[in-house]
Amino acid sequence: MVVQKNNFSVALFSVLFGLIVGAIIMLVFGYNPISGYIALISSAFGSMQDIGGVLTQMTPLILTALGFTVASTAGFFNIGLSGQALAGWVGAVWYALSFPDMPAFVMIPSALILGTALGAVAGLIPGWLRAQFGASEVIVTIMMNYILLFLGNNILQNTMAKSIKESAETTKQVGHNASLQLKWLTDLTQGSSVSTGIFIALIMIVVVWFVMKKTTLGFEITAVGLNPDAAKYAGVSAKRTAVVAMAISGGLAGLAGTIEGLGNYLNFFTQNSSPSIGFDGMAVALLGGGSYLGILGAAALFSVLKIGGLGMPMSSGVPFELVDIVIASIIFFVGANYLIRLIQKRIKAMDEKAAAQDAAKKSSKAASKQAKGGE
Amino acid sequence: MTESTPVIEMRHIVKKFGDFAANDDINLQVQQGEIHALLGENGAGKSTLMNILTGLLQPTSGDILINGQPVVVDSPSKSDSLGIGMVHQHFMLIDAFTVTENIVLGSEITKGLSLDTKTAAKKIQSLSDQYGLAVNPMAKISDISVGQQQRVEILKTLYRGADILIFDEPTAVLTPQEIDELIAIMHNLAKEGKSIILITHKLDEIRAAADRVTVIRAGKSIKTFPVAGVSSQQLADLMVGREVSFKTEKEPAQPKQTVLAIDNIEVDDARGVAAVKDFSLEVKAGEIVGLAGIDGNGQTELIQGITGLTKVKSGHVTLNGKDVTNKKPRQITESGVGHIPEDRLRFGMEVDMTLSENLSLQTYYKQPISKSGVLQPAEMDKLANKLVKEFDVRAASIHVTAGSMSGGNQQKAVVARELDRDNDLIIAAQPTRGLDVGAIEYIHRRLIDQRTAGKAVLVVSFELDEILNLSDRIAVINAGKIVGIVDAKETNKQELGLLMTGMSLKAAREALKEEVTV
Repeated sequence: MVVQKNNFSVALFSVLFGLIVGAIIMLVFGYNPISGYIALISSAFGSMQDIGGVLTQMTPLILTALGFTVASTAGFFNIGLSGQALAGWVGAVWYALSFPDMPAFVMIPSALILGTALGAVAGLIPGWLRAQFGASEVIVTIMMNYILLFLGNNILQNTMAKSIKESAETTKQVGHNASLQLKWLTDLTQGSSVSTGIFIALIMIVVVWFVMKKTTLGFEITAVGLNPDAAKYAGVSAKRTAVVAMAISGGLAGLAGTIEGLGNYLNFFTQNSSPSIGFDGMAVALLGGGSYLGILGAAALFSVLKIGGLGMPMSSGVPFELVDIVIASIIFFVGANYLIRLIQKRIKAMDEKAAAQDAAKKSSKAASKQAKGGE
Repeated sequence: MTESTPVIEMRHIVKKFGDFAANDDINLQVQQGEIHALLGENGAGKSTLMNILTGLLQPTSGDILINGQPVVVDSPSKSDSLGIGMVHQHFMLIDAFTVTENIVLGSEITKGLSLDTKTAAKKIQSLSDQYGLAVNPMAKISDISVGQQQRVEILKTLYRGADILIFDEPTAVLTPQEIDELIAIMHNLAKEGKSIILITHKLDEIRAAADRVTVIRAGKSIKTFPVAGVSSQQLADLMVGREVSFKTEKEPAQPKQTVLAIDNIEVDDARGVAAVKDFSLEVKAGEIVGLAGIDGNGQTELIQGITGLTKVKSGHVTLNGKDVTNKKPRQITESGVGHIPEDRLRFGMEVDMTLSENLSLQTYYKQPISKSGVLQPAEMDKLANKLVKEFDVRAASIHVTAGSMSGGNQQKAVVARELDRDNDLIIAAQPTRGLDVGAIEYIHRRLIDQRTAGKAVLVVSFELDEILNLSDRIAVINAGKIVGIVDAKETNKQELGLLMTGMSLKAAREALKEEVTV
């Protein structure tokens, strides 16, 4: 499936409708939607710490959304971003804790590369299975999410040395040599966990955009995604390209997980379910409508909603879950863009009709004026 | 024919899409019992007009009269109830169902809760007897020939009580013999009082089948006149609006060294059944070899095998003396093969990419279109502008998506891309399928120019006119095997038609001799 190129207005309408649905639900359950949304906004932008939180939240979403977009450009529906992110997270944290004395300038790049590579391998497997045997990547990636989730937990609980663990369920914090957090950034955002990761994510938007739009590799991935037969005819190895695209996709998710591990949480702990960054990243990509700037905007919006939502119960009593309803509604409306286009068409038709009536009125007025003037 | 109230009269039909008028004041009158041909180039507005008549589109202005009564055809079911039936170019049949089941689908006769196939079959049998449409009502669609499937389509419209039958390009999938049979069926139908509208761009068929013809050009009806006594040349000139040459002029061939040698190859189809067997053929520099055959006799698999898109199971493909059997498509392309694929939308182009990108589809990875893996859009556009000019590809811009272009211009773009690379071998599969006379003339000219320039050209086509017009030698394929190879100057349509059905050359020549003496 190729992400549909939604125009900007579809995204805008979807967000608007999503917020309206949220407001209606708040009304139905006896909350004041206006104070609810005010609480949301002020919780997201109230302090530098909140803004830091928004940026921290955005970082993995940008990366997983990029990953989803690359895969879908090649015709893959990568639901395995969660598992791929987890692979990067576990691997990078384990590696960082295993070499506490490695200097930062070696540790950080190598940990980032390792985490990315682990995600890439986790993405490559379903890619190869489909290219070689036609196995549905949707099913394989969903199942691999479970494999990687429990593999990660098992490594944490049973494989990792006691010396690098805080408890049975949590590793120790990674050392300064591996942390992506920067003192000035932490100070600026009053102790939020925003890290270099946000800059890496922003750079990756440009890098992925360049690769996909400007290089022969991106051309091949796009060609395979749009029409594998024509790509094959033109001498592109559809199999190889599909596997490469899935590896890039998984790699980006792996990088997202690595940054969660080394930038945000600084450790790894037992996961009850696949990390939500994978699924939220898909939603961001869908709202972004396949555009790279759109991904940035959508990731920012989702993060504002999530961070703002955390503050809502305290100041307005609206439960946090409302934010998930809003996000889900937004995605629903993106999916139902046909409906939005229909509404747009109706509005346009009504406008045209009104304009025509206006013009008719004006001309008749002008005519009557003229007639009066003539008297 | 006496002039009476026409069965169908379409008056001053205008259909606008935005500012573009697909139909711009078209008038059409069809008499009862008449075969009326609708002739026009691709995009002239024939399909739009018929879509209006069958209720799929509403005219912007204009009137439709059935038997003199003004009617509004606002839905396909309305068109059905007015007795208008369409025989589609692409059959709308369910393979796993029987003939009867397909025909009754949507208007089933029921007995309680179960289908009454017996009554239906009886009715179908009597219709098929009445109009000479021989077909077994209990046969499965997947077991009968294409020609018979078409009869099922015709029976479907008759079963629903159609008095006016529209045939949309009905001969595109038929052999010459089947075409003759179809024309006989149409005459039968007309004799029984049915009226027929025949949409086609094949001029010979109009002359063989139709009573009158209406020529449509650029959305306007140009002229309606009786077919008797009109030559194909006159029809073509009227359709295109200028003088058209059918027979592309060419000097005698001067074949040189062998470029493509296919030696005893076997290629399987998608199901793993051998589609091409013991197939050998040579194409020399400076000659055009035509491969004639009915659709589905292994042509697709043969080309895919030669070009590396499918594995060749056994045997060898040699190009300029080098073995290229089962090499990757790109390696084969780079050894000097230009391939105009039979399905341009599936293989020939990326319809969602731009024209410019499509013109670079075979060279995007090479200098100067890309440098160290980075595309150079300026160079890509430069090439596109050059090719568009050189090959007269018409598009609003080189940055429109290929899918938005007309079929003729899409094909010209594919041809431009494949001929521009100065290849030794050109494989052209169905190079002019669905194109109009003007575009056909142009593409034929280009292919012959390639031959003159000393290239080897292999043309694969279901159209015998095309094969005869282009080829120096003609090979006929049946069931994946070569039935015969003949000199283009020493053969004719009848002979090729018999070979295409699998008859040996000797038997075919004897059969034709008998016919003459009888």
